[in-house]
Amino acid sequence: MIDRLTEHRGLDGFDMRYGSLILAILGIGVLSIYSVTQGQHNGLTPYYLKQLMWIGLGAAAFIVMWASDYHHLARFAYPAYVFILLMLLFVLFEGRTSKGAQRWLALGPFSFQPSEFAKLILILVLAHYYSKAPRAGWLQRVIVPGLLVLPGLLLILKQPDLGSGLSFVAIYAAMLLMVGVRSQAIGFILLFGIMLFPFAWEGVWGSLHDYQRQRIMAFVDPGYDPGGKGYHALQSRIAIGSGQLLGKGLHGGTQSQLKFLPEGHTDFVFAVFAEEWGFLGVLILLGLFVGLIWLSLEIASKAKDQLGALLAVGIVAMLCFCVVVNIGMTAGMFPIVGIPLPLVSYGGSATIMTMASLGLLLNVKRKRLSLFY
Amino acid sequence: MVSTNYPETEFGDLHRRLWGLRVGLLLVVGLLGLRLWHLQILEGPYYRDLSENNRTRQVLLEPARGLIYDRNGILLANNVPSFSLYVTLEDVKDREVLIRQLTELLGLDPTVVRKKLETKGSKLLPRKIKDRMTLRDATLVESRRLDMPGVMIQVESQRNYPGGLIAAHILGYVGEISADQLEKPEFGDLHQGSIVGQYGIEKSYDRHMRGIAGQKNVEVDAVGHVKKAAVVEKPEAGNDLYLTIDARLQKLAEDLLSEEQGAIVALDPNNGDILAMASRPAFDPNILSRELTAKQWVEIVQDEGRPLNNRASQGQYPPGSTFKIPMAVAALETKTMSPSSTVHCTGGYQFGKRLYRDWKVGGHGYVDLHEALVHSCDVYFYSVGQRMGIDVIAEFGKDFGLGRATGVELPSERFGIMPSTAWKQKVKRESWLPGETISAAIGQGFVTVTPLQMASMMGTVANDGVNYRPRLVHAVMDRATGNLQELPAVPRGKINAKPETFRIIKNALADVVTKGTATRAKSSMVTIGGKTGTAQVAALRPGPEENIPKKFRDHAWFVAFAPVQSPKIAVVVLAEHMGHGGAAAAPLAKEVIETYMKLIPQAPVVISELSGRNRS
Repeated sequence: MIDRLTEHRGLDGFDMRYGSLILAILGIGVLSIYSVTQGQHNGLTPYYLKQLMWIGLGAAAFIVMWASDYHHLARFAYPAYVFILLMLLFVLFEGRTSKGAQRWLALGPFSFQPSEFAKLILILVLAHYYSKAPRAGWLQRVIVPGLLVLPGLLLILKQPDLGSGLSFVAIYAAMLLMVGVRSQAIGFILLFGIMLFPFAWEGVWGSLHDYQRQRIMAFVDPGYDPGGKGYHALQSRIAIGSGQLLGKGLHGGTQSQLKFLPEGHTDFVFAVFAEEWGFLGVLILLGLFVGLIWLSLEIASKAKDQLGALLAVGIVAMLCFCVVVNIGMTAGMFPIVGIPLPLVSYGGSATIMTMASLGLLLNVKRKRLSLFY
Repeated sequence: MVSTNYPETEFGDLHRRLWGLRVGLLLVVGLLGLRLWHLQILEGPYYRDLSENNRTRQVLLEPARGLIYDRNGILLANNVPSFSLYVTLEDVKDREVLIRQLTELLGLDPTVVRKKLETKGSKLLPRKIKDRMTLRDATLVESRRLDMPGVMIQVESQRNYPGGLIAAHILGYVGEISADQLEKPEFGDLHQGSIVGQYGIEKSYDRHMRGIAGQKNVEVDAVGHVKKAAVVEKPEAGNDLYLTIDARLQKLAEDLLSEEQGAIVALDPNNGDILAMASRPAFDPNILSRELTAKQWVEIVQDEGRPLNNRASQGQYPPGSTFKIPMAVAALETKTMSPSSTVHCTGGYQFGKRLYRDWKVGGHGYVDLHEALVHSCDVYFYSVGQRMGIDVIAEFGKDFGLGRATGVELPSERFGIMPSTAWKQKVKRESWLPGETISAAIGQGFVTVTPLQMASMMGTVANDGVNYRPRLVHAVMDRATGNLQELPAVPRGKINAKPETFRIIKNALADVVTKGTATRAKSSMVTIGGKTGTAQVAALRPGPEENIPKKFRDHAWFVAFAPVQSPKIAVVVLAEHMGHGGAAAAPLAKEVIETYMKLIPQAPVVISELSGRNRS
């Protein structure tokens, strides 16, 4: 696979805009992690250095995915999916528990989250399925792929990991929309239903009684908000709101620096960034994400074949979903579910997986330009 | 570009759908942006405030309580730094290890420590384990603090009474504000844990002495650890008080009572200044101002001697024969008797079926007013009282301040009873019996008074009817301005009686000491006038006193003033269960008077020169 890189005019297909957008977002992530975890060491290595290490590993994954051929990768989709399902099963019995959920597998000194990698593998599986299977009728378009999604989804929800579970559904819905359903209307309703869920949520959620909310949250995600008083959500809103236009500056975020805001370097990193860099910083970060997704959609629309297009769509859908839900949740528009902000939140599995996905996306673009197929 | 495997229409369709996705993306991101604009720009200031509140805690800085001096600037109450040991359970790793460490280090009782650690309450709030630690213990703990996480030494201001038991009932004590007090408007600016006066002058002058708390803003993290601190407002110290008492005379009075139960009050008739006010048994305000255990408190409250009771202002006793002084004024002023008219005393007074006995078996023979006072003839006053009627007696008694508040600046003053027909109708719902007038005429029956009331009465007589409210505070030193504000004496009106009446009575009282019932008060140094009294505790047949158990023995009274010509001091001695006033009480009054007369010529200390010293 690697030989194709040298075969086809070195770095062709690599888009400087694409690379710089990714680097800029990663940079914001490292900066925020550095700011919020200053003086706080997990072992001896500071979090931001560890994140840089994850980014290094992620870059390697990026290059491998970019340099390989997605057609080859797609052929391994089903075995890989079986493998990851076994891993998810294994996690349930042997996994490390943190915040009331079993999500991590120990791997030497590190631990990783199979559910993160399951997302990318699901994209491969669905893209492979739709590009090969005859696509006539409801059964083949909706039900069969739905059955493919189901075991992974159930295993992830059992952990429980509501965030990853929702991502699974979002990926499925996005793929369904692009090729699965005839009616565009239904597809869009489905996709935007999921995307707009955060906005509708507040109305629905707000109308519930406290005990109802607590029951629901205890059911779907017992690890979060143990006090049941919306402490995390409130502290996060305070952090973002108090950033105002220009922010409090690096290390100036009192909410996060003084630990009122929990998970400042992982799921709530956006709140840290918003507190320290204000609305202007937020606009820049949103702009970077929109740019990245825009370029990704361009790759999808210009893909050489159905498989490439579907892969691109799946990756874009996952990216979009994570960005929107994470920001929506930190901004208090959504109940708190554990979804990290792609490329920004601290975390090995998510960072490596996201960068690998972006590498795969670039691979789709590269193949479009390749002379031999 | 177009794959041969798929029809073109399908790809075209995908392109169209991707455009839909783009629009949707912009829409959703736009909504996110709007939400963030709302949070950060529109509601930004609100959330900025919330974040400030989150991280800053307002810590009150307790003000230094005002000091208390005696009339000559001798320090009676101040504040000393005290070290207290606190434990925050949240930070304690192993409770049992900590208990062992503390017991070994400080010699504390392990069960007491364990109990304090196990009481309910927030784990985050430090709880006090020991107060009033020595500096040595405090440094010992401080040096081992790293081995004992959760342990903290706090420097606190502790009220201190250098004199110990001296003037305990006057000074009172301080304590943490109670839940009930917190709800009252006069404690509106105080908070849980504030120290307020709970008794005595500490209580009645609390507003002056408590000062105003300052404020410190500290930045804390989510766990409550202090990161930064800045003083916003300095606390304002409370005002100092200068009492009217003379600590030397006070000590003498207390020493005179010694182990006996009773009270001594000395005041200056010319302005109402209380020079000494002793009550025994007493308590140590230093102990009461600390955190008491329930057991300690019960011990104090259930003590049979009732040490918390200020017998001078709260003890109510029948005045006995000392009541003959206002009776004599009434007799002359109502012209019931002239100075020379006499009553024949045969040792008893027959009224109806009952014979009211004189204390002297056989009687005093023919006595006039002078004689009646000097020898304390009961029959004379039975007769006078019966002729005047209780309501006239009550009117004069009230004029002398009996049965009503003296207005002294002490909490919970008792008023005694000055009975009348209206009083009995109101309180007992019975009509007054004529025989009751006869008992009342010699200060028995329903009549009760406090020693302080009697001192005030004596002072009024000594001062020819001019009365001042007895007072304990004569100056307040304003810490903010540095001004010493002298409080004027408070006149309480004048008894409407002829000067001649007072002259006659004072003469008689002088003879009481020189040749009457109180010869043991006779002084070679100063002329003293006075009147003995014996307050019956239980109605007993006359007999040898030694046979009566002490708690049924009579109370001994002696009221006095000196010098007779120009009175400078009025003294009341009440000795519980000590029998006859002339024997038990009169010598004590004499000592107080002599000591005071010796103290007067000594140059009085000027307060303004003292105000700069002894600050803590």
